[in-house]
Amino acid sequence: MKRLSLVLVLALVAASIVTAQDIKVGGVGPVTGEAATFGVSTKNGIMLAAEEWNDKGGLFGNRKVKIIFEDDKGDPAEGATVYTKLIQQDNVVAIIGTVMSKVTLAGAPIAQAAGIPMISSTSTNEMVTKVGDYIYRACFIDPFQGTVGANFAYKDLGARKAAALFDIGNDYTKGLAENFRNQFLKLGGQVVAFEGHPFGATDFKAQLTKILAGKPDVLYLSDYYNDVGLIAKQARELGFKGQMVGGDGWDSPDLVKIGGKAVDNGFFTNHYAAADPRPIVQDFVKKYKAKFGAEPDAMATLAYDAANIMFDAIRRAGSTKGSAIRDALKTTNLNVVSGQVTFDANRNPIKSAVIIEMKDGKQVYRTTVNP
Amino acid sequence: MGAIFNAQQIVNGLQVGSIYALIALGYTMVYGIVRLINFAHGDFFMLGAYAAYGVFFAFNALFVGKTGLMAFVVLIASMAAGGIIALLANQLAYKPLRYKPKLSSLITAIGVSMFLEYFLSALPAVGPSYRSFPDILPRVNINLGNAVISNYVIIDIVIAAVLMVGLTLLIKKTTLGKAMRAVSQDKDAARLMGIDIEKVIAFTFLIGGSFAGAAGLLAGMTYPRIVPYMGIQPGLKAFIAAVLGGIGNIPGAVLGAYIMGLAETFASAYNSLIGEGIAFAILIVVLLVRPHGLLGEKFADKI
Repeated sequence: MKRLSLVLVLALVAASIVTAQDIKVGGVGPVTGEAATFGVSTKNGIMLAAEEWNDKGGLFGNRKVKIIFEDDKGDPAEGATVYTKLIQQDNVVAIIGTVMSKVTLAGAPIAQAAGIPMISSTSTNEMVTKVGDYIYRACFIDPFQGTVGANFAYKDLGARKAAALFDIGNDYTKGLAENFRNQFLKLGGQVVAFEGHPFGATDFKAQLTKILAGKPDVLYLSDYYNDVGLIAKQARELGFKGQMVGGDGWDSPDLVKIGGKAVDNGFFTNHYAAADPRPIVQDFVKKYKAKFGAEPDAMATLAYDAANIMFDAIRRAGSTKGSAIRDALKTTNLNVVSGQVTFDANRNPIKSAVIIEMKDGKQVYRTTVNP
Repeated sequence: MGAIFNAQQIVNGLQVGSIYALIALGYTMVYGIVRLINFAHGDFFMLGAYAAYGVFFAFNALFVGKTGLMAFVVLIASMAAGGIIALLANQLAYKPLRYKPKLSSLITAIGVSMFLEYFLSALPAVGPSYRSFPDILPRVNINLGNAVISNYVIIDIVIAAVLMVGLTLLIKKTTLGKAMRAVSQDKDAARLMGIDIEKVIAFTFLIGGSFAGAAGLLAGMTYPRIVPYMGIQPGLKAFIAAVLGGIGNIPGAVLGAYIMGLAETFASAYNSLIGEGIAFAILIVVLLVRPHGLLGEKFADKI
């Protein structure tokens, strides 16, 4: 009899293991294409977070988190395809991603329509969360970044004449530049040029020559690292001696590889700095380094934070139902690597920004700015 | 207006134009000889840039302190890569279709182009991501008073000019050049005169491809960021330049390229959105007014 009950117990345990299905969560990032280093970092951050939760027993005590990661190639059309694939084919309960605003704007309506909660790690364009009540993000938004950049240029660098160059086809770079301009004008500064360039351009000299004719003290470059590198080099070639300021799109080791000395003494607003002494930051930096052999950039950090915010919400929701997770996300109050996060009515996080300086090809933490 | 039409913008435009010119030469030569718009030509440009990148990193250690020699080796490597791949594309893809309908060759050219782009993207050693191109020569800025000119701009313009003059001499003064002109005028008559047409065509691809390869190196040096898709846009612009100057006409291609480079620069300075479109606007206007291009003559020898 004893033996029989033991067999029964074992059978029950086995059954419960079989029924404790993995919770499938989608991850999306541009692992190849124009922002490839962002995608790789994003994937690393999400994977690390999932691994930590699984080491602690997963969600609801016994269900492991299974990340299904897709490459959006930095292309909105590709983004829409992988969002649809994750939702319809893989039946994920939530999505973490993606990186570039223009791609997230293509994916978010699909998640919203299907009632699948998603959190973008780094899409800073204002429109992203306005898509609907299932759409969240882990980073601050363009107005904040542009405003911080303008304040820094005007107050800390003492600039009075500024110019901006951005990619006209990209909502992120345009949004940052517009908010920079508005704030710089509000502070009493002068914006001598506000120029766009087409997507995929490699020669910016026509625009730069025009911009530099206005003799700006500071050049605001809201592009991604690979364009910023080229622009900085060409601006220096044309004799620009002032300072350059930009957004979190600068945060890549490739910035220095392409821009070389030209990006030295440039400044950019970012979500986090590895030099921040908070224990949660130092702990994360140590773990990330051990696993991936490199210091985490902001992309990795925000992806890690986004994943933690999402897993925390699923845990508190106590269910994998889309509407329950959405409601749990709304009441998030979590200490993550990039700061203490709560959400405002538009599902944007309320948290701080840091300013990073490029010095001899390295990133140096300069200061933290509160919202 | 001072910021749009000034000495600096002319320098900027000439630099863009020199790179277009080198690509346009290959386009126009191939068209002149085989009447084929070789859409893969922009990819020979891209291959030149990658060959230069690879050779530079493989052999840089051997050339410490000899930057000039290294730059020369890299130039030869990029020209060889562009030329040899162009030659292979001709032998493997275009030659079997030589006497088939023109449309087959045209579509094959698009296929070759896509193959090269995606094959390189799939190769782990190359990959689809951007790579930063090294500074093969130190960058020096020369201040001319009202314009700053970088040594890279001068190198671009000088190499483009030297190769163009060399090509003109080859076509006008050598037996091979005479054979090329003959083939371009009348293939059948040329064959009756004992000219090995296939040899001439192969040679044309080799030269055209090597020019595109050199342009790839110059573009990589000037805009230090390379990617397997980098040839699409310049290829398209160079094609327009060749049509603008009169496709099949060598001085025409060069003239067209410089007109394009300057027009694009002035237009971009005025408004970036116009800058992108101006190439196509010019093309439409020229084709309406002079359907055979600026220097192309209806019955002149095409090359």
